[in-house]
Amino acid sequence: MIVERAAEPDLTVQPVLTVEDVSIRYEVDPPVDAVRGVSFTLHRGEILGLAGESGCGKTTLAYGITRLLKPPAVMTGGRVVLHGRAGRDAGGDQDDDEATTDVVALTGEELRRFRWDRVSIVFQGSMNSLNPVMTVRDQLHDVFTTHRPGMRRRVREQRCRELLELVGVDPARLASFPHQLSGGMRQRVMIAMALALDPQVMVMDEPTTALDVVVQRSIIREIMVLRERLGFAVIFITHDLPLLIEISDRIAVMRDGEVVELGTAEQIYRAPQADYTKQLLASFPSLSGTRGGFVRGREEVLGA
Amino acid sequence: MAFYLRRTAFYAVTVWAAVSLNFLLPRLLPGDPAAIMIGKLRRASGGRPLSPEVIASINAVLGPPKGTSLWEQYLIYWGRLLHGDLGISSTRYPARVVDLIAAALPWTVVLVGTATVLSFVLGIVAGAWVGWRRGTWLDHLVPVTTVLQSIPYFWLALVLVAVLAVQLGMFPIVGGYDVFDFPAGPEASWAFLVSAFTHAILPAVTIVISSVGGWLLGMRNMMVATMSEDYVVTAQAKGLRPSRVRSRYAARNAAIPSLAGFGIALGFVVAGSIVTEQVFSYPGVGRLMIQAVSGLDYSLMQGVFLVITLTVLAANFVMDLLYGLIDPRVRTHA
Repeated sequence: MIVERAAEPDLTVQPVLTVEDVSIRYEVDPPVDAVRGVSFTLHRGEILGLAGESGCGKTTLAYGITRLLKPPAVMTGGRVVLHGRAGRDAGGDQDDDEATTDVVALTGEELRRFRWDRVSIVFQGSMNSLNPVMTVRDQLHDVFTTHRPGMRRRVREQRCRELLELVGVDPARLASFPHQLSGGMRQRVMIAMALALDPQVMVMDEPTTALDVVVQRSIIREIMVLRERLGFAVIFITHDLPLLIEISDRIAVMRDGEVVELGTAEQIYRAPQADYTKQLLASFPSLSGTRGGFVRGREEVLGA
Repeated sequence: MAFYLRRTAFYAVTVWAAVSLNFLLPRLLPGDPAAIMIGKLRRASGGRPLSPEVIASINAVLGPPKGTSLWEQYLIYWGRLLHGDLGISSTRYPARVVDLIAAALPWTVVLVGTATVLSFVLGIVAGAWVGWRRGTWLDHLVPVTTVLQSIPYFWLALVLVAVLAVQLGMFPIVGGYDVFDFPAGPEASWAFLVSAFTHAILPAVTIVISSVGGWLLGMRNMMVATMSEDYVVTAQAKGLRPSRVRSRYAARNAAIPSLAGFGIALGFVVAGSIVTEQVFSYPGVGRLMIQAVSGLDYSLMQGVFLVITLTVLAANFVMDLLYGLIDPRVRTHA
């Protein structure tokens, strides 16, 4: 596997998002603790991989960070803080970016303005993330009309075209409806949309799972290039640990709602500490064809 | 463009088939409808012999005595039809069927059409709202309107007439306008419009009350289903205003199936009001149809059926063309 990782992360850089002891519970009978006391710090421009099997709480955590949880899911404790973008020129309607925000405390209009402007998200089911009866243009434009009401129509249109070019989609596609685009193009449009307001953090929840490996690779390469250029931080969620090792600066491995190991991609790859990480790594076949045991269920680890 | 041409061609064929069936049906009836009609007309005219013109007209519509081939009859039938000749009514002798239908049609279209549109708009708006605020007290609106819909329509109408019109005297009891104020029939005056409007309120209200529940329930459920779609979550994550998410992302998409149902409902505006018009003695197509059936007035029946078929087809045709504007996915795949 080709390792084309960015330079070793400098962990002394400023944090952009701090997640402290976050717990999320589904208030069903019996209650399910989907996320249990998760803490990590995301640094500016960093890619943090979040790995783990299906149902381990990755997506719930992402929804918690972006405040998209809906009943019966409730955040029962913890803090999520988004740090201000210090040293950046305050300008016009972007002065929000300077503030350090307690994400959990946001409500109503404040929460609405915070969304997408500072933290955007690319969803798991991105094939259905676009409204089927609205054109790509309308769906890109309404991000600007809502968050940048002062923006003139012509400027908006120009910006939308730039965004599509940025992700490698022909700007003529602005007039298309989602069903006229391929899966990969829809995903690129979603990424363009997530970039629209120049957010500090982009959460990507299995953004390429529904795509074949070739398209997947080219999209991930583009995300890497864009991150270098625009400097946003990424929380990249997937069950594909080898992919994360390749692209992430640091990786958090989750299991049953808890982070069992957090380290640089190098550490996770070369010297995994937790048994679960070892098993997860071993469960992917190597080039020579040998393969480790398949991991399922909590008991195996406890018994190991 | 090809899409619209194809739809137009499809409906042209359907209209031809409907008209041909209408031609065939009385000829397949046991007995001889044409002979019965001519007999009825002779009695209605007081025993005087009918003019050859009237007999030719009846033969063209319902079937000739003997000798003419079916193909020749078919050609004569189309010729008469294109000249607007649907025969003579026996129950309202010597009125022409075309004139009777032309007089009844506006009443039905205005009353039932307005009531259907009102009911649809009310149901969709309320349904979108109830769906959006699901889990609140608004949910109780659903069973209430469903109960109203399950009440037999004629009973609801009779109760409303008994209470509001007879006891409280708030509305006129029967008719489409005040026949004593306007003995000469409909006229183009403000006083007549006011009279027609006050006569239409109660029938329209009963239609709305008894049909709004269906729209509301359907829209509410579609709204709840649409709200869990990924694109609505995305719209929320985008930080759009709740009003915009509700109207442009949730309600717009949720209304699409209801709009198809609305097209069908519009088609039945002309036919679907028989009970209303009977209870309120409203001078519309529904009452005309009951008269025709109970008086075995074959020409009138055939004329009414033809008009109903054509309006159903016309409404579906218009909805078919508009559906592409509402849902872009239909446009490309069709």
